[in-house]
Amino acid sequence: MSVLLEVKDVSKSFGGVAANVDISFDVTEGEILGLIGPNGAGKTSLFNAISGDVTPDKGEIRLSGVRVSGTGPVACARAGIARTFQVVRSFDSMTVRENVMVGAFCRHTRAATAMAEAERVLDFAGLAAQADRPAHSLTPPEKRRLEIARALATEPKLLLLDEMLTGLTPTEAGAGVQLIRDVRAQGITIIMVEHVMEILLPLIDRAVVLNLGRVLTSGLPGDLVQDPAVISAYLGDRYAQ
Amino acid sequence: MTNAITRRRRLELVVGAVVLAILAVLPLPIRDVYTQNLIILTILYAGLAQAWNILGGYCGQISLGHGLYFGIGAYVSTMLFVDAGISPLLGMFAAGAIASLVALLVGWPCFRLSGHYYAIATVVVGEIGHLLFLNWDFVGAATGLYVPFHGQSWMNLQFRTSKLPFHYLALVFAAATWIVAWVLEGSRWGYSWRAMRDDVIAARSLAVRVFPSKMAASAISGFFTGLGGAIFAQYVGYIDPDSVMAANISILIALPAVLGGVGTLWGPLIGAAILIPTSELTRSYLGGAGGVDLMIYGALIVGVALLRPAGLVSLLGARR
Amino acid sequence: MSAISIDTVLQVALSGLLMGLIYALVAAGLSLIFGLMDVVNFAHGELLMLAMYATFFLNLWFGLDPLILLPVVAAIMFALGVAIYRGLISRALGVQFNRGMVQIFVTFGLAIFIRGAAQLAFGGDFRSVGTSWLANRTADLHGIYVPLPQLAASAVCLVAFAGLFALGRTEFGRALQATREDRDAVALIGIDRDRIFAIGWGLGAAAVGVAGTMLVGFYYVSPNVGANFALIAYVTVALGGFGNLMGALVAGILIGEVEAVTAQVLEPSLKQVGMFAIYLVVLMVRPRGLFGKL
Repeated sequence: MSVLLEVKDVSKSFGGVAANVDISFDVTEGEILGLIGPNGAGKTSLFNAISGDVTPDKGEIRLSGVRVSGTGPVACARAGIARTFQVVRSFDSMTVRENVMVGAFCRHTRAATAMAEAERVLDFAGLAAQADRPAHSLTPPEKRRLEIARALATEPKLLLLDEMLTGLTPTEAGAGVQLIRDVRAQGITIIMVEHVMEILLPLIDRAVVLNLGRVLTSGLPGDLVQDPAVISAYLGDRYAQ
Repeated sequence: MTNAITRRRRLELVVGAVVLAILAVLPLPIRDVYTQNLIILTILYAGLAQAWNILGGYCGQISLGHGLYFGIGAYVSTMLFVDAGISPLLGMFAAGAIASLVALLVGWPCFRLSGHYYAIATVVVGEIGHLLFLNWDFVGAATGLYVPFHGQSWMNLQFRTSKLPFHYLALVFAAATWIVAWVLEGSRWGYSWRAMRDDVIAARSLAVRVFPSKMAASAISGFFTGLGGAIFAQYVGYIDPDSVMAANISILIALPAVLGGVGTLWGPLIGAAILIPTSELTRSYLGGAGGVDLMIYGALIVGVALLRPAGLVSLLGARR
Repeated sequence: MSAISIDTVLQVALSGLLMGLIYALVAAGLSLIFGLMDVVNFAHGELLMLAMYATFFLNLWFGLDPLILLPVVAAIMFALGVAIYRGLISRALGVQFNRGMVQIFVTFGLAIFIRGAAQLAFGGDFRSVGTSWLANRTADLHGIYVPLPQLAASAVCLVAFAGLFALGRTEFGRALQATREDRDAVALIGIDRDRIFAIGWGLGAAAVGVAGTMLVGFYYVSPNVGANFALIAYVTVALGGFGNLMGALVAGILIGEVEAVTAQVLEPSLKQVGMFAIYLVVLMVRPRGLFGKL
């Protein structure tokens, strides 16, 4: 499999505080990569750099060999990077179907084809029954689903999921895991930030561990949980209880 | 494909056609000039409010400076008619085009601002236009411009014996703005506008180009507002900065949409149907009591805003 | 260019400063309310108008000088501000949908209502205060003539500003500050948010009341007097940065100066164009005003 995303020496600081320092890693096409680390490790900041919401001070990010860092969120979305947000952002005056159509208009100029694409994505994400409800009336897990559906409607190559399983009941999280597997089965590469290790570790192919803005290590999830450095930096405070 | 959206949009067209038909026959039995005038103004403001709604409602940019585009439209067509003898029938499109251009020039800097900063900047830009026109001799300064009577015809857009032609002119204008709003609502732009109004960060992440979308809304909104200004000038036959460009014109244009329901197809229509007659009738019957008309008008605005925050259209049951 | 004497320059600068301080105080009331709860009071000019009428009638009935009436009018306006908050604004803040537009149009509708009520009660005549100590008196500062009412007004504005700044350092001021920074969290530390908001409206209205009381000494009052001052107040607040007291003061003085200079250099009927232009230019560079946080 070829490399889809290259992150090279990315650094970013906000008001003198370094959020990311010399971060480098590759993401292979079709994999699910977990981005883990304690709070303040720089995960969301890195997400924002990949999705184009912030421009790195140094380094660059390439998607399929084309530089995307610094091009802004719109260009990144068009290039094939879609995302969800840590705090759900839905278009609350619109229905679920209309929310998804906004995403579909990324690749379709005509309303009819965008509508067909939205229909397909709604079915896929299991939101067909809620399609014509106002977005503000959805339950929290439904809203997470809506964010994924909306992102998928942009027909991305890479999907960034920011804590989409956090705060869900085990049943809801299980359904979420299944949806993520289905998305990958469509050939879409996924990077996810997640705190719930019990759910994350079995789901991901590989993990990159961040600590204090730097890459601490990366590898297979099974190996990482035995890495003393990782345990002390992050897993320790959870697993040692 | 049929789904809730396509069904709703088809229904809207049917209802729109029925409303249009009713408004087309409405003036026929009416002989009373006062009532005719009231209906014409209501329809004209329904169209203007719909034009505002494209930027202020769908796109969520609360412009309180649309009087500028209205006034520029009125002045452009009037001056083309008076000074160059160009038929207002053509002049009104020039008026719309220039108003549209001005709307783009205003939008270019102002769309950098958000929320209240944007709203106040539009008030200020409108007021600058008002002050400049008050002092600009080329456009008649504070004296204003009379539209001389060149004979009753559609070419001159002047009619003395009957108000009916203006009724239909206003109706065509309002219907055009409604159709444009209907088309836009179902288009990529319409979705982009509503998305960025609700959450600009999420909209960007879905490849919505915020600034160009706002500029597009501004240009379309400005065009139709200018067109309405041109029609108004021909209708009343006299314009000055206070009657076509002052800040209260901006409010008059925005208010029906806000009270009827912003970002909805029917809001501007419903709002105009309530507000314009209320304003005119209270002024005619209570204006003598100095101020009571304004009190009723003000109380109506406060009451609707508090009791029906989504606009009067929400009384119909459908949110949109 | 015609020779402009030093005296003219000083005269223009001083009259700009005096008017600017009035603008600043009117704007301060608006800014206070905005800073506290993100509400732009579009009836602010009408509050100014009411304060001017209150001063006018109290002066007419009791023959008291506006300077003595100052605390009375301020107290009346404070009560009115609290009443407006309790009766309307708290409801407008409570709506779930469309909140931004609702608050704009609630205060705007209130403005129209008040203007109508003033027309009904007071008629459309222009009125000015008949008896006052300062009326028609001028101070001669080495050849620069300063009308005493303006001088007193700007002095009072400065004192009012000092009061507002001092208030910011009190216990109440800190509660105010906390409320504007995090409306929801303050409830947890025992601050009654609703009460703070009501007092904020009272203070905002009292500030504009003080400005109105002093203004009536040299400015005609009519039901429409508020509109012009309100527009200048919005520009001042946006120029200084919404919610920033120091911003309102600096921007008010700046606007007064720009107005005075424009009126001198161009012509009086265009005096507002200069301040509007300055405002637009500043906003292009600093979209949130001179002192606004980006």
